[in-house]
Formats: sequence, structure tokens, C-alpha cells
Amino acid sequence: MNGSIWVNFPFIVVALLLAIGFYTIGFKRNLIKVVIGIEILEGAVNLFLVALGYVKGGYAPIYTLAPPEAANPQNMVLPTPQALTLTSIVIGVAVSALMLAFAVNIYKHYGTLDVTKIRRLRG
Amino acid sequence: MRTSLGLLAFIGFTLFLLAAMISIRPFGEPPHREMDDWFITHAQIEASANNVVTSIVFDYRGFDTLGEATVLFTAVSGVLMVLRRKEGTKK
Amino acid sequence: MTTTIIKTTTKILAPLILVFGSYIILHGHLTPGGGFQGGAVFASGLALLIVANKYDAVKSLFEKAPLSVFESIGALGFLGMACLGFAGYTFFKNIIANSGFPLFGGKTPTGINPGYLNTGGTLPYMNIFVGIKVLAGLTSIVLVFFLIMRRERDEW
Repeated sequence: MNGSIWVNFPFIVVALLLAIGFYTIGFKRNLIKVVIGIEILEGAVNLFLVALGYVKGGYAPIYTLAPPEAANPQNMVLPTPQALTLTSIVIGVAVSALMLAFAVNIYKHYGTLDVTKIRRLRG
Repeated sequence: MRTSLGLLAFIGFTLFLLAAMISIRPFGEPPHREMDDWFITHAQIEASANNVVTSIVFDYRGFDTLGEATVLFTAVSGVLMVLRRKEGTKK
Repeated sequence: MTTTIIKTTTKILAPLILVFGSYIILHGHLTPGGGFQGGAVFASGLALLIVANKYDAVKSLFEKAPLSVFESIGALGFLGMACLGFAGYTFFKNIIANSGFPLFGGKTPTGINPGYLNTGGTLPYMNIFVGIKVLAGLTSIVLVFFLIMRRERDEW
């Protein structure tokens, strides 16, 4: 039992990162901190995707000057999760920029970043 | 009261996440890899690229990249729209 | 923020970062990297240049070379390279690969090889276009935040 837990150590790290992200989103009041929580969640999901594609003792799926053991395709890491993670990272950067822009706009409009104080309407 | 209730729910959710991650399949032994084997063995013949990840991103799953480029464009135009200078509404 | 330290560091580092970004974009089909990563590296070099220069110099530079044009070139070029597959095949078909086309049309030997730049078919073209698109997008985001910072400092 003890061995099987430590075999899954990257997945446990993913679970802890998800917990930290959800805590930050749910219990913090500053909008910037909420954005940071969303970024932590996104990092956890990216790490989960990459960890799902790992093969024990595998090499990167690139043929340029690879070591001779990598000629067997069974020794290469799965490439599809890496490609999807690559897509996810760029989208994450753009979306975080969008969220920060909204935070800037909210601060200019309400004068505060506290989520409990920006509920009132102001013309 | 509400905060402590939320904290209780959060702790339960965290324990559920930990249990799920411990009981998932062992790390480093993916059960199905037929599709990835096809990509690895055919990338140099069909896509003529040494980098299998690039051949997947731009050739086998090009529609993904097309949608991703659209999302990037939409996000950038959204940032420019939100942060533009408002004329005549100086507060 | 334009102190002497940042200016001197930028003079040394920015050309290296820009060249490294171009290398990652061009060798995307051989080595780790590709259009997205190379574009992000190139945009970070441009962000360093933006931070280290004065407001007026940055503004006049990006009025001469507008970033929306690069963004449009990237998107339309990517779609155009994808539409090349309609010549007898389907969308996103890599028709230049292993066909003997003089630019990026060389034949790739199967198995482990040292990597030849003149291979890849449509992949290097798509890398270049996506790199242009990503660097234009990220640089415009950085530029907008920089400009709003300077503008707010004047107004408040």
C-alpha cells in the first residue's frame, strides 16, 4: 500500500494543486488573488495531462539525435497529451491577460478589488 | 457560519480528490497507446517531421490549432477592447 | 523604470533573445519547440525592449509597424497553408511533405537522424505563421498594459 501511494506521487501533487486553486477561488476576496487561483488550477490541469502521458523510462518523442534505445516506439512518451497541453498553455496566457484586463477595468470603475463590495450598481 | 460550512465542504472535496488520485492507475504505465504508436511510427513518413509533437499539432490535429488560434485572437481583441481609451468619459 | 542597469542589460540580452526565438520557430519540426513557444520567446524579448525604452520611442515604433497587420498575416497564412490540402486531398493535408519541393520539401529519412532543415512540408510554414501570430498577440497585450500604466500615471 505504501509503495502504491508513492508511485502516484505526481497525481497527488496534482490533487494538492487543485485543492489550493479551489481554496483560493472560493475563500479569497481580492480579484487578483482569484486570478492567481485560476492560474494555479490551470497549472494543475496541465501537469495532470503531461503526467498521464508519461511512460516509465521513456524518451521525448523527437527523432533528432535521439539515443539508440529510443528507436523502439514503445520507449517514447505519448505525444498527444503534450500537444494538447501546448495548446492549453497558450490559451491560458491569453485568458489570464483578459482576466487581468477586466480586473483593471473593475478597479477603475469601483475603486476597489474586493468581490463583496463591487456588487452594488454604479452608473 | 457560512465560511465554516464552506471550509467543511472544501475539506471533503480535497479528501475526495486525494482518494481519486491515489486509486488512479499507476504512474508511468498508460493502458492504451495504439493511437500514439501510430503517430510515432508514421510521423516521419506522412508528415516528414522529426518532432512528433509538432506533426500532431499542425498536421494530425490541425483543427485543434485552428480553434486555438481563434481563441487567442478573441482574447487579444477582448483585452484591446476592455482597455481602450474612452473618449469624453473622463471621471 | 528606464534606469541605466535595465538599458545596458537590454542592449546585451534583447538581440540574443530575439535570435533564440527565431531559431525555435524555424527549427520547430526538428528540435523541441515550435511556433507557439518561439513566438512567446520572441514576444518576451520585445517586452524587454518595450520596458527599457521611453514612451514616445515605443509608440512611434509600433505606429510604423502595426501589430494587427502581423496578426492578420499569421491567421490568413495559417488558413492558406491549411487550404493547400484541397489540391486533391482534404483540409490540413501535408501535400509538400517528401514531394521534392525546393523549400522545405526534402525527404526525411526514417529512424534516428541528425535532422535536416529542408524537410517538413507545410509544418515549417505553419510554424512561421503561427509564430508571427503569437508574437503579435502577446506583444500587443504587453504593450496595452504598458501604455495604460503610463497613461494612468499621467492622469492620476
